[in-house]
Amino acid sequence: MIMLAPVAHPGPWAASAMIAAVVLCSTAGEVLTAAAMKSIGDLDDIRAHSGLKGAIRAVVTCPLFFAGVGFLALAFFALLFALNHLNLSLVAPASASLTLVTNAIAGKLFLKENVDRRRWTAAVLVCVGVYLLAH
Amino acid sequence: MILALVAICAPLGDTCLSRGMTTLPAISLAHPITLIAAVFTPWIALGIALLIGFFASYLTALSWADLTFVLPATAFGNVIVALFARFWLHEPISLERWSGIVLITLGVGFVANGPSLTERPAAQPPILSTATDPAAEKPVAGLDKDRIEQEQAL
Repeated sequence: MIMLAPVAHPGPWAASAMIAAVVLCSTAGEVLTAAAMKSIGDLDDIRAHSGLKGAIRAVVTCPLFFAGVGFLALAFFALLFALNHLNLSLVAPASASLTLVTNAIAGKLFLKENVDRRRWTAAVLVCVGVYLLAH
Repeated sequence: MILALVAICAPLGDTCLSRGMTTLPAISLAHPITLIAAVFTPWIALGIALLIGFFASYLTALSWADLTFVLPATAFGNVIVALFARFWLHEPISLERWSGIVLITLGVGFVANGPSLTERPAAQPPILSTATDPAAEKPVAGLDKDRIEQEQAL
């Protein structure tokens, strides 16, 4: 059995690993959730035709949605763990900025979204802006 | 409205989580059950309630817009929180942070002026679609109808 000692002052590698875990789980969860919502269709239209229950039923009967939520839950607990060991001023900007970039790449690769020059520029501007704002 | 809810609920929820987690003793990987117990503390519970509101709005936004549109557009929440801290809590904002606010505002302006959804050909099914996908069945039905009409014409 592997016993992991509590990390009082994590070094740069441990901090990077914690942030990477948050970013990777979050990206996987968001891509799967986005794919699920695209396959379901416009929730406003579904709610107009079938009511709120119909919209909820459409979401909870989609297997991709649960795969996405599973990864988002992993990202949530990875974030809680990171916040317990690192400062918010490091975890929040680093994970938020990196997630924007990894999501742009994953959106283009897996969701085949049209990530044109405008969206890349927006992703980079917001990425640097979030870093400056929260650092 | 939906994008505004996403933008406001997420940073407020994260702030509540941070406040809750920093008041707890250090948690190690050897005792992961303490992470579950942390969920039931007041600040963490409030943070989770806000994040549920965020998630419902986020799912609605993702149903009619691209992921690469929703994420930069909702980053404006960071600016809202910073302005809230400056003008209500009277916290000082450094030049570095004002630069961050300007860059995020520019980024949101860039993406908001573009299309929110990638246009796909009608016959192309959505990526990663499932068997229960009603949208994926429409083009097939349309192709069948065209084929029947061509056979009738012959």
